[in-house]
Amino acid sequence: MPDREPREPAQQTPRRSFREGLRAGLPYAVAGGVLSLTFGVLAREAGFSALGAIVMSAIVFAGSAQFAAISIVAGGGGVGAAIGAAALMNSRFLPMGAALAPSLPGRALKRAAQGQTVVDASWAMASRGEGNFDRHFLFGATAVQYVTWQTGTAIGAIGGSAFDPLALGLDAIFPAFFLALLLAELRDRRSGAVALAGGLIALALVPFAPAGVPVLAASVAALAGLRRRSAGA
Amino acid sequence: MSSQMMWALIGGCAVVTELIKAAGPVALGGRELPQWAAGVIGLMAAALLAALVVTEALSEGDRIRVGADTAGVAAAGLVAWRGGSVLLIVGVAVVVTAGLRALT
Repeated sequence: MPDREPREPAQQTPRRSFREGLRAGLPYAVAGGVLSLTFGVLAREAGFSALGAIVMSAIVFAGSAQFAAISIVAGGGGVGAAIGAAALMNSRFLPMGAALAPSLPGRALKRAAQGQTVVDASWAMASRGEGNFDRHFLFGATAVQYVTWQTGTAIGAIGGSAFDPLALGLDAIFPAFFLALLLAELRDRRSGAVALAGGLIALALVPFAPAGVPVLAASVAALAGLRRRSAGA
Repeated sequence: MSSQMMWALIGGCAVVTELIKAAGPVALGGRELPQWAAGVIGLMAAALLAALVVTEALSEGDRIRVGADTAGVAAAGLVAWRGGSVLLIVGVAVVVTAGLRALT
């Protein structure tokens, strides 16, 4: 693919965008497959049946929320607390969905359905700047990740007792994955400062706030965006 | 865990996730965001991703701690910063974390 050629919007058909999304999503899909395998194993250890773990990945399909929910019930927490933590973890999809909204056509129900395809990596990669998103690219990038997310969960949930996720270092996958996304997100000094502030806020709250709240509170750092950009920044 | 609890948890998580993902597109579909909101949203991913990374790599429940996975994630960060692919990044995280645990 020649990358120097100026890209004309007219040539960017939905089908082509979708295929580009599939390709761009593939490395995240492979990493996500290993991550979901870990989820399958941990869900079984938390007392889920294999079917429960598989159904959860199929209809929730949100890694951090799934991990947060099962870690709370595994630690003796109640169902309500686990659902609350999952909601807090997913709260980042509110601003992501709001940012995507102008790029989604159709009636409310159709837009709601299209909004379900938002996952971190796809959303970040589908951004075309200036608040525009390539929705077909988003659908493609998410589709390939959905497939491996289900496959990995099934393998982990059914065959999970065969290996120990901690000994294999699988718990490092999730933060490493998000770190890769974060570094791709840092475009200028301001986003770097916001990331630093977000990380510090979350870490400072860990000893005091219930699970999930430190991450949600870190979103306050993004209020730096209210300040007008200085020229050249 | 009873099977009833498990299904309540799964159903609850699915409903909140789907409502949250639908909220933005339904409320704002087809309309441009005001300038101030776009500025905040543009920085939201950086803030939340950083928070996810540090809470995962540096805490356990309500305790801040450094473990083998912290080193694994730090090594992965170095690879990411040097422009490594996402698979290499994740691979380094796993190998360093598992290696340190095997040694200790």
